[in-house]
Amino acid sequence: MSEAPLLSVRALHKSFGALNVLKGVDLTVRSGEVAFLIGPSGGGKSTLIRCINFLETPSSGEITFDGRPLCHEDGRVFHVAPERVLRAARSEMPMVFQHFNLFTHRTVLENVIEGPLMVKRRRRDEAIADAERLLREVGLHDKLDFYPDQLSGGQKQRVAIARALAMQPKLILFDEPTSALDPELVAGILDTIRALADSGMTLVVVSHEMAFARKLADVVHFIAEGAIMESGPPDRIFDNPQNPRLSGFIRSILH
Amino acid sequence: MYEFFFVLIPRHFPFLLEGALVTLELSFLSMAFGLVLGLATALGRLSGKRWLDWPLMTYVEIWRDVPLIVQLMVIYFTLPTIGITLSGFWAGVLGLSLNLGAYLSEVFRAAIMSIDPGQRAAGMSIGMSKPMIYRRIIFPQAFRIAIPTIGGYFIALLKDSSLVSFISVNELLRNGNIIISNTFRNMEVYMMVAIIYFILSFAASRLIRHLEHSLTPKYLRRQGRKAKALAPEIAVLP
Repeated sequence: MSEAPLLSVRALHKSFGALNVLKGVDLTVRSGEVAFLIGPSGGGKSTLIRCINFLETPSSGEITFDGRPLCHEDGRVFHVAPERVLRAARSEMPMVFQHFNLFTHRTVLENVIEGPLMVKRRRRDEAIADAERLLREVGLHDKLDFYPDQLSGGQKQRVAIARALAMQPKLILFDEPTSALDPELVAGILDTIRALADSGMTLVVVSHEMAFARKLADVVHFIAEGAIMESGPPDRIFDNPQNPRLSGFIRSILH
Repeated sequence: MYEFFFVLIPRHFPFLLEGALVTLELSFLSMAFGLVLGLATALGRLSGKRWLDWPLMTYVEIWRDVPLIVQLMVIYFTLPTIGITLSGFWAGVLGLSLNLGAYLSEVFRAAIMSIDPGQRAAGMSIGMSKPMIYRRIIFPQAFRIAIPTIGGYFIALLKDSSLVSFISVNELLRNGNIIISNTFRNMEVYMMVAIIYFILSFAASRLIRHLEHSLTPKYLRRQGRKAKALAPEIAVLP
């Protein structure tokens, strides 16, 4: 346990006006770990990973990523790192969204090389070579010049995963990556995520796919009412929940 | 008829074309300034800063709610009383630009807001800066949406520029009026003026359509909107 965690979140709060969505979240993710965030809708799962990536600015608390503080409390003053630092951190922990959020005016290939070209300032031919390799890995090498509108949901999500991978990230955030997919397309995306986990990539996944979480997760965090109620290895979380909210949640998803 | 084609046209057409050239100068200059002003106003209003929003909204409302001819009169005849004297031409450009900017700001605002905020989030999540996201992701899509409407305003501008004849700018309509006051051939001359306006506007409309076409991704071309709505979700094995 001597190694410093890749991502650490301490006492994170986020409120939208009078609505307190996160009420003091503590979370640690180690390099190579696969962490699943589960819990009821409105519990704060998505808000948490959007705060980690600074798509939402937290209200208070501390986030440290790869040794760099992104926000912290100094006495009673809440400090957020400069935009430049946040952008650099984001580029190393891209997010895959529920609704894919591909750039609709760009082809599959252009979607994937956008980040390497604009953010990492890589040479175009290298970026293209990398993108083609990544798209081959996710099985889309024959769709390079297609536009997002011409793809199925599952294909779109695999482009989104390739777009995240093209950033050569240290961590990938997944926000319900299969919730907007037709049932027959879910398995393909789950296979892609499993391959990422097997390759040693650090993943933080918000998901309702409990069977999948159970098989793939190193740690499962149960979030409800804006706080992490229980954390642990999947077997303990699913078979022997301690927290009454968690046991209720598990009963409700198993009927 | 003979006289119209072989006497009046050769005699007066060059003078009308001089006016038409001024009409085009007025229109293109005003369009350029109007686009910049409209875009800046739209971005200011979308920035979410209240101190910026209300003065811009006031500008848009005032310039949309007062007739253009009154605006031109005010600029040309009242600004000199506070020490700003503009030639008729530049007073015309100023009035037309401010007027157009007010309308275009709403066109740009609507087009930018129509882009799914998820794409902005996706850009941010891979570390793109806000200006980068606007330049690479939002503007190209918003511009394509706005083009037909901007084109409509450009054609309206070409014709509205005739109002500038009231502040003694020698553009197309005023040159026509000058010929008429010397020859009393108002039917024939107004006919020529009308035909020139039509040709200019029609050419502008074709140009805009061409621009719209060239900005449309290849797979959507020729089929238009309908095809996009009907485009099947191509389901291939995951």
